[in-house]
This record gives sequence, C-alpha cells and structure tokens, in this order.
Amino acid sequence: MESTILNKEDEKIIQIESTILNIDELSVSYGGDKYSIDKVSAGIQKNKITAIMGPSGCGKSTLLRAINRMHELYPETHHKGSITLGGEDIYKINPIQLRRKIGMVFQRPNPFPTMSIYDNVIAAYILNGIKLKRSEKNEIVERSLREVGLWDETKDVLHKRGTFLSGGQQQRLCIARALAYKPEVILLDEPTSALDPIATAKIEDLLVKLKKNYTIILVTHNMGQAARISDYSMFMYLGELVEYGKTKKMFTTPKDERTEAYLMGKFG
Amino acid sequence: MFKLITTDRQNYRMKSERLFQYFLKLSGVLILMMAIGIIVTLIIGSIPTFKEFGFGFIYSPDWNPTEGRESYGALPFIIGTIVTSLLALAFTFPFAFSIALFLGEYFREGRMASILKSMIDLLAGIPSVVYGLWGFYTIKPIIVELGLNAQGFGIFTSSFVLAIMIIPYASSLSAEVINMVPSNLKEAAYSLGATRFEVVKNVIIPNAGSGIFAGFILAFGRAIGETMAVTMLIGNSNNIPTNLFDLGNTMASLIANQFGEADGLKYTSLVAMGLLLFVLTGILNLIGKMIMKKFTA
Repeated sequence: MESTILNKEDEKIIQIESTILNIDELSVSYGGDKYSIDKVSAGIQKNKITAIMGPSGCGKSTLLRAINRMHELYPETHHKGSITLGGEDIYKINPIQLRRKIGMVFQRPNPFPTMSIYDNVIAAYILNGIKLKRSEKNEIVERSLREVGLWDETKDVLHKRGTFLSGGQQQRLCIARALAYKPEVILLDEPTSALDPIATAKIEDLLVKLKKNYTIILVTHNMGQAARISDYSMFMYLGELVEYGKTKKMFTTPKDERTEAYLMGKFG
Repeated sequence: MFKLITTDRQNYRMKSERLFQYFLKLSGVLILMMAIGIIVTLIIGSIPTFKEFGFGFIYSPDWNPTEGRESYGALPFIIGTIVTSLLALAFTFPFAFSIALFLGEYFREGRMASILKSMIDLLAGIPSVVYGLWGFYTIKPIIVELGLNAQGFGIFTSSFVLAIMIIPYASSLSAEVINMVPSNLKEAAYSLGATRFEVVKNVIIPNAGSGIFAGFILAFGRAIGETMAVTMLIGNSNNIPTNLFDLGNTMASLIANQFGEADGLKYTSLVAMGLLLFVLTGILNLIGKMIMKKFTA
C-alpha cells in the first residue's frame, strides 16, 4: 500500500511553504528485521506545528525520536532512508551537534532534581561544559523563561530547586531548557499527557506562540489537541504514515478510511 | 442453597491455620529476644570495666594485663580499627566505583555484565579465613620484598586485603543505586546534547550520590567488624600505630586473639570492647540504611 497519501492540493500547498525537515523513506528498527516505522516520507514545514497522531504502538514516538537520533540510545537500532535538516543529512552529523539544533520535551516533566531552576534552564551549557559569563547566563535564563511565560513566577526563586513547582510549571521549565540553546526544531512527546486541563491549555497556548520562532513537532494521543493547535497532522498506524496534510482538511475530509475511523473514535 | 455448617475438616483447617500463625509470631519474638539478650549480656558483662576505668576505658592508650598493674584502654584498638577500615575504603573506592558504574550504567546486561556480577558474588562468598591465608602467603611476602615493612604484617597489609573483601558490598549497592537513576533524566540530558560521560558526571552521580555514599558506609561497617583475615595479618601489637606499615590491632582482632585466656577484669574489658564494636557497627549500619531508605522511597 502507498505509504503517504497526500492529495494534489495539499501537496501543492506544502511545496509552496518551506520545508525545514525532510523525511525520506525512513524505516527504523529496534533490532532484527522488524521495523517499528516503515518507509515514512514527509516534509515538515518551518514555523508550523505538526502533530503526529495514532494509537499506541503505531510508531509515532519512534518517528519523533529518529528526528534527533534519540532512538540510537538503544544499541540494537538501525534505520534505512534519510532525514535532512535544512538540506543536511542528520545521520551524517554528530548526534551531539544535532541535538543542540533539535530540542526535545518529554511526556513527564523531568527537570533535573539536583539543579536549581536557573541551572535547569542553562543545563545544555552546563552538560556540554560550555563556560559562559554571568551576564550571558542571566540573559539566556531570562529570555528562555520569558519565552515560556515562567519568568514572573520564578524570578525570585531562581536559585531554588525546581521540584516544588507544579507539574505544568515544571513542563514549561523543561520547554525553556530546550529553548535555551535556540534550536531550530522542538520535538514534544505527548507533553501534556501528565498534566491537568488548565496546565494543558497553558502549554497549548505557549506552543502556538512559540511557532513564530521555532518549528514544532508534537506527538499527541489527544485528537482534540491536534485539532486545536496544529497546522499539519500526520496519522500513523502500525508503523505506516497513513495520511499527512493540513489539519483542518484532515479532520473534515480524511482521505483514508483508517484515518476517518480513528478520528471518529472507532479505535485507538 | 448453601448451608453454613462447619464440618470437622474445616475446624481442623482453621486450627492449623491459627497454629501456624502462633509459630510465626513465636519465631519473630524469639529473634527479638535473642538480640536484646546479646545487648543486655554485653552491657552487664562490661559493667566491672566501666566501674574500674569509667570512660577512661575508651581513651586510655594502655592495655596492660600484668597482674597487680592491670590497666585496660581501648584507644589503640579503636584507632587501629578506624585506620585500617578507612584505608581499606580508600583502596576500594576507585575499583568499587568503577564496577558500580560499569554494572549500573554502561553494561547493564550482556555477557560481560553477568560474568562480572558472578565474579563479584564469588568474592563475597570466599570465607574470611581464606582471604587471611592468601594475604599471609601472597601479599605479606610482597610487602617484605618491597621493603615496606620487615615482617610484612601490619595496618597496610590488612587494609589491602580488607579492601578486596569489601569491594562486593560497596559495588553492588552502588550499582543498584546508579541503576535506579530515572531514565527520563538521562534522556533529558542526552536530548540536550550531552555525551555519556557528561550524563554520568552531571546527572547520574549527583542523583545517585547519597545512595553511593550509603553503599560505602555499609561497606565501611563491614570492614570495621571483619575479624579473621585482619587477625591473621595485622601483627597484633597493642600499641597505637604510628605509620601505615606499623603493626597494630583492631577491636575485633584483639577480642579474637585474647578471649581464650581472659578472666576477671581482662575478660570484662574484652566484653566492653565487644559492646563498643557493636555500637559502632550498629550506628554505621543505621546511617547507611537510613540514607538508602530515603533514596529508594
């Protein structure tokens, strides 16, 4: 079966806008001949939010982790196909360099419990052993925390540990940590699945604001979330990219019956 | 319909159930009473010594069993114990820590890890007297050969062997704690472009630090109480050691060496030494376990 189903109209629009990340026939395996995602091709648009949807085990996290090569933390993984970031093959650059260009936010808020809020924001610099002047550090911390709307809440407690913050605040701190290095792309792996509705709404508003400066790829279990904030959506099923296109279009007139069934809540 | 009639068989089963519970309770209480009994006899047994010397027993440097001029002080042995154990800990640290990182982070599974794990279990299973013998026939001649000490016995020799003996305790606990550092923290660090070494340095060690510390405290507790190998290697001198190659004696080795011929005040002083040793290892164990508990909670 054809792995990418794009209608002509969508294809035209996607080509007109600029592609920052091009995924070409990508297959990823965690060992052996079984591929968790199979021949996925898609062009991710700059300064847009792209949502990846699909039932558990469909390969959406694997696809996301292949973009910053986090899947390589498992020793047996191998892949076929390619991903280019701004024309450059990501599998040819050092993963450490790559991960500075592509930030990541995880399912559960995971600020470093042994570091202060301040140090958490500049964790990328601390971890990589990059020395900064105090004024540079202050500037990065303030800019990043302002970007995620956490500055006013934390400016007086910057040197305390981040563990007393609420779940939503911790997740915004993690987003600030990912932004501190000014990445081009931010990957979010179900970032609100551990949060309450109010905190979720705040994160969603934040992501919409952030797309001005960053390209955002969001894995979500929550169809409503994809509908509310994403510009483009992918629907994945059993490792296959079933459908990819403008979110509005996909939610109103899905091309594939499996997409339609999923969106209607028939499975997943 | 059911009728609630207790048959003989059911009666019998309920009785045996109750009997089994009584048995379990009895075993628990018995263990508790034995532990209390040991403490009480140690305290009672050491009363004459503390009556005679007071707290001077703890800080007096004399151990003189000559009749008429009897004087007993624990200081040389307390110092001997702490110095040998600390030195052993210092020798152990680089090895045990590397093994812990190897097993807890770098090679959590696979052939290498299982071979190393069983080697370490093997080390833990070797009887203390075998270590003593090995130290006597292998390490002692090397020390003599190197000219570090004329006889080859002493603080250094016993610390060296002690260090090998406590590697399993220090490394397996630390490996467990390192293994428990949440993977989402490690992933966060990798996603920020950290290398593996940077993850170990900035995420694993800070997060597992207190647990690793507790592992080494528990190993220290083991070293303090270790008797047989130390007795065979330390030289059994009752003076305060002045350098690392000096002969010495630990609290445990003194008791092991002298209990057979002891009576009167000497006997009660050995019991008092046992009480001190018991309290010391008890406190260390308690501290270690408390940190561990906080870590795993």
